[in-house]
Amino acid sequence: MADPFIELSNVTLQYGGGTLALAQTDLRILQGDFVALVGPSGCGKSTILKLVAGLLKPSSGGVVVAKREVAMAGSGASADAVGATAKVRIGLAFQNPTMLPWLTIRENVMIPLKIVEPFRRDWAKKKKGEYAERADALLAQVGLKGFGDKRPWQLSGGMLQRASLCRALVHEPQLLLLDEPFGALDQFTREELWDIMQTLWMANKPTVLLVTHDLRESAYLANRICVMSSRPGRILETREVPFARPRMLEMSYGPEFTTLVQQLRMRIAHARTSAPTDAPDALALTPLKANA
Amino acid sequence: MTSLTAQTRQRLLSTAVLIGFFLLWELGCRASGVSDLILPRPSQIAYVLWTKMPLLWPHAVQTLYTTLSGFGLGVCTGIVIGMIIGSSKLAYDVAYPLLVGFSSIPKVAVVPIFVVWFGAGTVPAILTSMVISIFPVVVNVATGLANTEPELEDVLRVLGAKKRDILWNVGLPRALPYLFASLKIAITLAFVGTVLSETVAANKGIGNVMIIASGNFDVPLVFAGLVILAVMGVMLYAVCSFIEGRMTGWAQRKDAGSSVVMA
Repeated sequence: MADPFIELSNVTLQYGGGTLALAQTDLRILQGDFVALVGPSGCGKSTILKLVAGLLKPSSGGVVVAKREVAMAGSGASADAVGATAKVRIGLAFQNPTMLPWLTIRENVMIPLKIVEPFRRDWAKKKKGEYAERADALLAQVGLKGFGDKRPWQLSGGMLQRASLCRALVHEPQLLLLDEPFGALDQFTREELWDIMQTLWMANKPTVLLVTHDLRESAYLANRICVMSSRPGRILETREVPFARPRMLEMSYGPEFTTLVQQLRMRIAHARTSAPTDAPDALALTPLKANA
Repeated sequence: MTSLTAQTRQRLLSTAVLIGFFLLWELGCRASGVSDLILPRPSQIAYVLWTKMPLLWPHAVQTLYTTLSGFGLGVCTGIVIGMIIGSSKLAYDVAYPLLVGFSSIPKVAVVPIFVVWFGAGTVPAILTSMVISIFPVVVNVATGLANTEPELEDVLRVLGAKKRDILWNVGLPRALPYLFASLKIAITLAFVGTVLSETVAANKGIGNVMIIASGNFDVPLVFAGLVILAVMGVMLYAVCSFIEGRMTGWAQRKDAGSSVVMA
């Protein structure tokens, strides 16, 4: 079997307040794979994402991205880990588009080029030419042609989320981390963005880790779906998604797709009821720090 | 279109209120026959302003110069301190009680100290207006910097951004509206500081003129000094407001609401 691009081995994460977010989690993702993490809320999906990004340090176990140790329990501060991961170009998009209001949409999309090497060194030279064109091309791909000069507050939530995707992709990341990027959108916009996402992924094949609570979304987009248990999170099951690409919306109403989604749904319902042995009251009292 | 007429109406109304205020004052004084030693009439004040302008002018310039110097120094110092405090949670928590302590000292109390250190004159006035205008700037800049959205910071950190990158690209622009809001407060406070110091220990400036005039029971002249201070204060406030609007238009989105595009 090929070397995994991302490998979490026996990772446990306990937040400062004592909340156990992840317990003995193993996860292997190959280069160019598209993996979705699904599970009940608070199960540590976002925590895994942050571990891979190097924003968090595991309490025990190790996280390896592109054969480079991102963070191992007991190693240096997570700030150093972020520096180490930066060798792999990572794109990040959240549910919240977090555009900077004082910049135009184009300038917002270009932010990674201003920060990430090797683009950074040519920033002054290329920001008016090549980089701006690259941003415009991406914006056109997500259906925002001609909106580059607008300010974020002139766009709707769905449009901002498209721009946020562009920002996550503009520096051609090898690894794309998406934390419920379509969560706050209406059904129509969401489905349209699924297609855009699929096209963008098929063009460059970055490795994608998608955190979502929308099972249809995971089945539509991912090659593999990891179902997580409720807190402390563990990966219960990994499902291969067999559907051929490019996947179409009609397919998502077919019997096979519906069956898969239903099975996932039941698995999660089961995961919730067979929740940890701790008294539920004690659980309710712990601060909800794991924001998955 | 409606918003324009509403704006015009509002302007007309505030002008009317202003004129009405002075008119009422004038009529009130005449009707009640109150002595101009207690409350001079606006017309008397205007007359004093007109006739004594050559005498008042250098003092006004002195006060303006002192205020702007103190304000400038205070804002620069305030920005630096605010950046230091705002860029680290630890510095914020550690320094905040100290700052609150300093700011709660009545600034009148520091004037004698400055006079002891630097002698009477312009220097203590500049220092007083500087000290008084630092605090709002520090608090606002620090708050603005501390308010960076954590998610956005994550996005940048994952890209490999250094702390300096984040401060420059996100922190400082985000803090700008807070800074400008504080400038409007600081400029009016700087006037307070200057006049305070001038009344206590100076031989020039509007504050000095007013304290001498009140000693001579020249109440119309005292009021003339007040009017000069008010006019200068309003002018500088307007300048700060104007710069604020130009620099941080993005933070005042209300007018832009109509141009929102739907997806």
